[in-house]
Amino acid sequence: MDHAAATPMDERVRKAMEPYWLKDFGNPNALYKEGLVARNAIESARAEVARVFGARPKEIIFTNGGTESDNLAILGIAGAVAGGIGKLTSLRTDEEGNPTEAKFPNSSLKPAARNFPLPRLHIITSKFEHHAVLSACKKLEKEGFEVTYLDVGKDGVVDPEEVKRALRPETILVSIMYANNEIGAIQPIREIAKVIRNFKKKGGFSGEAKPNFSRFTLPRSGAGSDASQNFALPRLNTAFPYFHTDACQAPGYLDLNIQKLGVDLMTINGSKIYGPKGTGVLFVKDGVKLQPILYGGEQEKKLRPGTENVAGIVGLAAALRLADEEREKESTRLSKLRDYFIGRLTMEIPKVVLNGHSAERLPNNVNVSILDVEGESVVLYLDEAGVACSTGSACTSENLEPSHVLMAIGRPHSYAHGAMRFSLGRSTTKKNIDYVMKVLPGIIEKLRMFSPVKIS
Amino acid sequence: MADVDKWIYSAVVKDHFMHPRGFLMGEPKEGEFDAHGEVGSFACGDIIKLWIKIDKKTERITDVKWQTWGCATAIASASMFSEMLTENEGMNIDEAMKITPKDIAEKLGGLPARKFHCSILADKAFKKAVEAYRLRS
Repeated sequence: MDHAAATPMDERVRKAMEPYWLKDFGNPNALYKEGLVARNAIESARAEVARVFGARPKEIIFTNGGTESDNLAILGIAGAVAGGIGKLTSLRTDEEGNPTEAKFPNSSLKPAARNFPLPRLHIITSKFEHHAVLSACKKLEKEGFEVTYLDVGKDGVVDPEEVKRALRPETILVSIMYANNEIGAIQPIREIAKVIRNFKKKGGFSGEAKPNFSRFTLPRSGAGSDASQNFALPRLNTAFPYFHTDACQAPGYLDLNIQKLGVDLMTINGSKIYGPKGTGVLFVKDGVKLQPILYGGEQEKKLRPGTENVAGIVGLAAALRLADEEREKESTRLSKLRDYFIGRLTMEIPKVVLNGHSAERLPNNVNVSILDVEGESVVLYLDEAGVACSTGSACTSENLEPSHVLMAIGRPHSYAHGAMRFSLGRSTTKKNIDYVMKVLPGIIEKLRMFSPVKIS
Repeated sequence: MADVDKWIYSAVVKDHFMHPRGFLMGEPKEGEFDAHGEVGSFACGDIIKLWIKIDKKTERITDVKWQTWGCATAIASASMFSEMLTENEGMNIDEAMKITPKDIAEKLGGLPARKFHCSILADKAFKKAVEAYRLRS
């Protein structure tokens, strides 16, 4: 009941990987036969992943997982635009020490603009992204970038109109997850992509969001004196902003076609899809320039140096293919089980509240707040009964903060601490759910028996 | 620490968590206790309420009951603390006031460092209850 955390490797995936441990162990960068066998395996895997995405093989970068893909997308774009993160030569700050302007020496912006303080390059994301995205954005904020963290509403869905309002001429990247890992809420990626496309068509003006001219300290150029022309000087080329989506929770449930989605970058993680841990993909649309976060050899177009994880890459591709093939059937099956489970939870246990949108929801995600009890206690009692699941409670985290996702959808602390996530998977049957419903009501009753909390 | 392999807390914590002792079901009856104290908050994730009954002559604690909303260690430490107070016909108030979170943690066979400050609240709830008791008598 915790498939969103980890999935067992599919036997078919293990079989696909098998030859590359002992038999075909060659370094794919070698010129001799053994090397070519490994190289072919990687390139077949790349073609397979590209096919599932509706992309071209050269747009597929293999990484070591979702976190690395997210980091490479965000830090990579920022680095490529700014000419190197951490290389700001001047950073103006306000009285409180917050950066107000940054200067990027090796920026890809027009040479004329380089010598002047630029408006702070801007990134848009949401409040309930995975920490792989949020922490990368936090790092960029410290380096002089400005980040807008969009609200997600009480259902946990980003409003494309909010994206529209947040877009600015200096926005370089929008990163919104495809489906939330805690509450399963599916995000309107296509609609957001459309908003970004329209913004680009209009040359970086959404019509609503007036650029903040006062920020700009550019000199008035001789030719042409209207404000928009001056303003045009620091504008990024029309390819910006790029659109990245963390799609780690999506394979097997949602359409991964990048053309339909309209994204420029997309993250996938192998260990969430019955594939090997330590494997990931970043789709990078042709023409999108990234600065690497690792330096070394020329593997993966220099974006991911280091000898390729051949068996892992083969396994990831096999897992993705299987997820894609079984998507419709498995989604239908799990949606029914999910609704059956949510129905029983809310009907049979008093004071249970569903977290996240009831319809726009991953087929495998159940997340409820059980009031008057605390999540860690429930997890441990369930563990004792043989059921594994996770909680939004602070007690399981190192920082002792409750789930940022539940706080983002406006749940009070008392709800976040009592939040339970059950994520179903290929092995989950109605019988498993019936078993949970056999043990859980008793556990809740017991914990409530000595709870001083009575939320009305 | 062999049991850590199987469970994240000690066997004693697990025992007190799975089979908590000395909790109060529902609301106390009129006159059942002399005072109570409550500490914690929703924000920090643990709330504990603790009731005491005191023998006025000897100042011994004749009864302690608690209620806890919180994680395993919060529940286990309340359970353990109530046992410590009521052992041997009940501890004297002054003596009981000297019990520290460290004493409780030791009795529980140790706690993870990050759990230490946030989840041992029983002694603080007790001190509040004693304060309330002393104000009244």
